[in-house]
Amino acid sequence: MDWTWFHKLASPPYIYRLSATLTPWFGWPAAVALLVATYWGLAIVPADYQQGEGFRIIYVHAPTAWMSLMVYMTMGVSAAIGLIWRMKVAHAVAASVAPIGASFTFVALATGSIWGGPMWGTYWEWDPRIVFELLLLFLYLGYMGLHSSIEDPQRADRTAAVLAVVGTINVPIVHFSVVWWNSLHQAPTIMTLDGQKNMDPRMVGPLLLMLAGFTLLFIALLLTRLRAEVLRRERTASWIREAVGS
Amino acid sequence: MNASAVQSARAVLARDLKLAFRKRGQLVQPLVFFAIITTLFPLGISPDLSQLRNVAPGVLWVAALLSSLLALEFLFRDDAHDGTLEQYALSGQSLTWLLLAKTATHWLLTGLPLALMAPLSAMSLGAPVASVPGVIASVAIGSIALSLIGSMGAALTLGVRRSGALLSLLILPLSVPVLIFGARAVELAVKGDAYSAPLYLLGAVAVLGVTLAPIAAAAAVRVSLE
Repeated sequence: MDWTWFHKLASPPYIYRLSATLTPWFGWPAAVALLVATYWGLAIVPADYQQGEGFRIIYVHAPTAWMSLMVYMTMGVSAAIGLIWRMKVAHAVAASVAPIGASFTFVALATGSIWGGPMWGTYWEWDPRIVFELLLLFLYLGYMGLHSSIEDPQRADRTAAVLAVVGTINVPIVHFSVVWWNSLHQAPTIMTLDGQKNMDPRMVGPLLLMLAGFTLLFIALLLTRLRAEVLRRERTASWIREAVGS
Repeated sequence: MNASAVQSARAVLARDLKLAFRKRGQLVQPLVFFAIITTLFPLGISPDLSQLRNVAPGVLWVAALLSSLLALEFLFRDDAHDGTLEQYALSGQSLTWLLLAKTATHWLLTGLPLALMAPLSAMSLGAPVASVPGVIASVAIGSIALSLIGSMGAALTLGVRRSGALLSLLILPLSVPVLIFGARAVELAVKGDAYSAPLYLLGAVAVLGVTLAPIAAAAAVRVSLE
């Protein structure tokens, strides 16, 4: 197998140019998907027979909650790659996704709370999934805090990477907590193991499109932040001058 | 190699114990801290024992968590300053084993005394005498896991100057399972029910910690020495 593509990914100038080229390819589809899904979810889909119009917040809540875990996995995997193969770019990826993940986690918690107020009758519940999602937010903050408090950049990368890898243990706990503890938070309705459909098919469409939109948005944000991160880290390198054109 | 790894780990254990007993004042600090926290709660909530009995498991475990956090600062700090850790890393012995030995010392000096002291605090919060074995077992097993999780945190923050707040931000999210199962065991023991189920889970967390935490701690120590 030809591994040159993998080695190319380790080169900051290549990554800088690649992410610049790819950003619009993810950014525009993300914008279209999010706009269409928002209109579809808010205007076309009928209201829920029990929750009324309020259920529509699921179109933000579920995708951001899903993304909060997926971003953490991205961070954990790239941190591990950085630790094992000592790849600078992988550490830059981990450092640039952490704030994105923290924002998704925060939005998931906030929309869940707004939803829970009228639906469950409480804005906050000490429910395992909610608590572990909050802990996920603390892990993101811990990663960013540790990364920023070590002065030497390479040591900061590698130390924070160890934490990111250790923290991945939280991801399966968040995901399966509703199944294991059978708590107030509802169990998964889309991806159930027995393939049972628990959601009206008319409501699923916008949700999946929203999920695709958020995933594309995440990639576009990641590429943009990665480009800034590479610029910041390589600011003394000579190729930067040619790339920026000054 | 394996036999010598165990031997060198034993030597580290003996050395750390000897050093610790020369600074007795430092040893007592986490215990006094624990006693003070558990004393503050009745003053803050209510001196009514029937009310305190309900919160006793949580109070005990949060106090244990905080005092083990307090003791963590001494775990690697001195050895990192005087270069001992660097010598360990260069010694050709497995750093994982040596750190496991250091963590074991830490548990012997903080976790075990805490476990022996916890029943006193539990009874002062209204727990019955019959709950003593459950309380001791819960704190003893749980603090093994806490020491191991803490060793990762202490190793990660070696390069940070004022690590106190950051250390708690890193460790507390990971310690939540220990807190849940530990407090659950104490709660069942206080009620007089069978408390072995949460103890098994606590044991599982401790075993997971013994197998994985020293590896992560060794990786973090190596990074800090680069």
